[in-house]
Amino acid sequence: MANYYNDTPELKFHLNNPLMRRIVELKERNFADAKEYDYAPTDFEDAMDNYNRVMEIVGEICAETIAPNAEGVDHEGPVCENNRVRYASGTVENLDITRKAGLMGMSMPRRFGGLNLPTVPYIMAADMVSSADAGFENLWGLQDCAETLYEFGNEDQRQRFISRVCNGETMSMDLTEPDAGSDLQSVMLKATYSEKDNCWYLNGVKRFITNGDADIHLVLARSEEGTHDGRGLSMFIYDKRNGGVNVRRIENKLGIKGSPTCEIVYKNAKAELCGERKLGLIKYVMALMNSARLGIAVQSAGISQAAYNEALAYANDRKQFGKSIIEFSAVSEMLVTMKAKLDAARAIIYETARYVDIYKSLDDISKERKLTPEERAEGKKYSKMADALTPLSKGLGSEFANQNAYDCIQVHGGSGFMKDYTCERLYRDARITSIYEGTTQLQVVAATRYVTTGFYLEMIRNLEAETASVKAELQPLRNILINITNEYEETVKEVVEKESTEYIELHARRMVEMAGYTIMSYLLLRDANNCNLFDKSVEVFVKFTRAQNAQRAAFIKNSNLDEINLYKA
Amino acid sequence: MFNSKSKTQFYLKIYYMKGLKIIVLAKQVPDTRNVGKDAMTEAGTVNRAALPAIFNPEDLNALEQALRIKEQVPGTEITMLTMGPGRASEILREGMFRGADGGVLLTDRAFAGADTLATSYALSCAIRSIGEFDLIIGGRQAIDGDTAQVGPQVAEKLGIPQITYAEEVVKIDERTITVKRRLEHGTEVVAGAMPLLITVNGSAAPCRPRNAKRVMKFKNAATPSERTANPKLAEVAEGRPYLDIKEWGVANITCEAEQLGMSGSPTKVKNVMNIVFQAKESKVLGDTDNEINDLMQELISNHTIG
Repeated sequence: MANYYNDTPELKFHLNNPLMRRIVELKERNFADAKEYDYAPTDFEDAMDNYNRVMEIVGEICAETIAPNAEGVDHEGPVCENNRVRYASGTVENLDITRKAGLMGMSMPRRFGGLNLPTVPYIMAADMVSSADAGFENLWGLQDCAETLYEFGNEDQRQRFISRVCNGETMSMDLTEPDAGSDLQSVMLKATYSEKDNCWYLNGVKRFITNGDADIHLVLARSEEGTHDGRGLSMFIYDKRNGGVNVRRIENKLGIKGSPTCEIVYKNAKAELCGERKLGLIKYVMALMNSARLGIAVQSAGISQAAYNEALAYANDRKQFGKSIIEFSAVSEMLVTMKAKLDAARAIIYETARYVDIYKSLDDISKERKLTPEERAEGKKYSKMADALTPLSKGLGSEFANQNAYDCIQVHGGSGFMKDYTCERLYRDARITSIYEGTTQLQVVAATRYVTTGFYLEMIRNLEAETASVKAELQPLRNILINITNEYEETVKEVVEKESTEYIELHARRMVEMAGYTIMSYLLLRDANNCNLFDKSVEVFVKFTRAQNAQRAAFIKNSNLDEINLYKA
Repeated sequence: MFNSKSKTQFYLKIYYMKGLKIIVLAKQVPDTRNVGKDAMTEAGTVNRAALPAIFNPEDLNALEQALRIKEQVPGTEITMLTMGPGRASEILREGMFRGADGGVLLTDRAFAGADTLATSYALSCAIRSIGEFDLIIGGRQAIDGDTAQVGPQVAEKLGIPQITYAEEVVKIDERTITVKRRLEHGTEVVAGAMPLLITVNGSAAPCRPRNAKRVMKFKNAATPSERTANPKLAEVAEGRPYLDIKEWGVANITCEAEQLGMSGSPTKVKNVMNIVFQAKESKVLGDTDNEINDLMQELISNHTIG
């Protein structure tokens, strides 16, 4: 029986990373829940066995239900009927089965009915679901919003809403508006407090809202009259049971068609404040953005995996000139490179997830007791590393997903251009990943400071030290990486020395990519040292990095301040 | 009432009814759906070692029907019953992961080699030992034998009515259950008084997936033999009675030894042949009385019927 988890040993490898011991220790708080909940683990091995078993359930559902439904969902799509969303029939079935399997509110604490899963297994589930159907991953993955409710809502709100999410109700995050996309400071949806009714009322329009007819919405709205920037925005919870929000239309999109992207109208919709006034954008949305970006990074990995699987199967199957096309080097090089990009993206994504797990658990513990100075330092360290790696995971991971989807069609040749094969859907589905939750260009903006402050370089040098004793056959690759790092260091120095913000911006993407590829290479090197699954990918990816970085270094070396004007449109 | 299309009705719970006691019959079978070259032994029997052991597919359909009843009638308790070697406890755990409350493994060398008659005898004796029940639900047939005889024979031995080829439970009240049956050219809705046995067809709703929390809760459920072999399982089970899987041998049920296993099995395999069905000629008959009459004459004369 096909199973996305058991059939992808790379996932199991990432689940069993040595850092999981610390992650489980923090997440399970000395396994205190075991006294109260019959499904809570009693020790580390028990917890890991639970994660493994949950991943098997997800893997089976992906293979048996979600993937077979994907094509039908893509064609049928959701419809807007009487101002409500009706999902495609396959989506209804997918939601039903994931609910019955208990895969909603997975990362939430047990007292709300969750599974208390760390980020690593949770995003691994998202990885598989996305591989099966990236559009459905969007809907299912919105359980992420419960994380925000948990972090910033009060205990009463947590009890009332998170338990509903764990029981299978869906969520949405209502941020963007017709005139507020990347620039959320311009949000206009109006929140008015009524003394008489002792509640808030929301009025206005939200646009491009994924799952806009959700049961529970988190809404960014302007609560401070007369303000025009981010400081006048607060976060609200809208409960569909109260009514007041209608779906005006569902967008007709290029890809992820099963996921309803809605324009919704708030008309005196009763809502309650989540957290403190005025912190909606500047604190809460900023905090959730990183986890949302990690979500898109892993969605990209899932699509990359599906693209690789489809291309590999077709290349083995398709015969031309008397042999399978995989035997032609032009085709096999594409496949090997696709796999290397996939493995490299996963290396950085799961590393980021581990960092997120550690600092978020420590953060959560700090609400229960005072952290020790060591714990505070640990939290700070991992938080900073997670913040630095997230834009690389999302930015580069989503670009790789697009490249893999492109190559997947290329391997299929003429057949790939027809609607008969899965690859055309993957190509369309991949396209959004480098756009939403911050375009690649915005990821570069977020990453640039780690280039200019030397933080990436420091991380790379740490990885260099950490991999000093890798096995002999990997040492030549490590030597290449040391040269690549030196080249990166020099290139960044050259740019920064010009002391021009505009010049840094001009070359930001090139420098961020150089740093990202190098970090991915080192992480892959470390993985390859522990597991032979990555033997080929590490060599291919280090060589890819060498060539890519050399090109960027050459571009920068031959550039000067005058070019700032050359690239002004 | 159980139609998943009418959701509002589906979630209506029947609180005025007392919970039912349901026994689900299940079998662990070799996965004959993906057979390779070594699927059969030289002797013509199934090579169990070469095929993965799975939950018989139609027994999963049966379990789903039981779970739907449990959802609708609060307080309902589902006990799974299987006969087989020690490792057949796997499917009891699989059932518990999906919502069954507990399981009984009927295992003894004395049960080995049973045909459908001896199997249904052993199962009916075990059911008497389990105690009172309202419903017995099993799959129509197992994919290793394809006989569809065990369910009906169990009902006969227990002296209760049976509804075979069930596709959907459409209504249930304190005394009767109404079931839609899948027949070759249509469906039929019948009602029967409980206690009663139902065999479920593969066209019925597929079984729900394993539930993450239940997997975490019941993963260490084990039989006494499994705990002897792995003391850690015994350790974990302390103070957790829900992890007990009952393991019954001949000594635990009231039965006559000669009706069990080989000695209780009149079926003897004489020969195994590969048969390819070939329809060389066919006739299309109209629905006039004459033509039907002719067909009946022909079937009677060549002893197909009568």
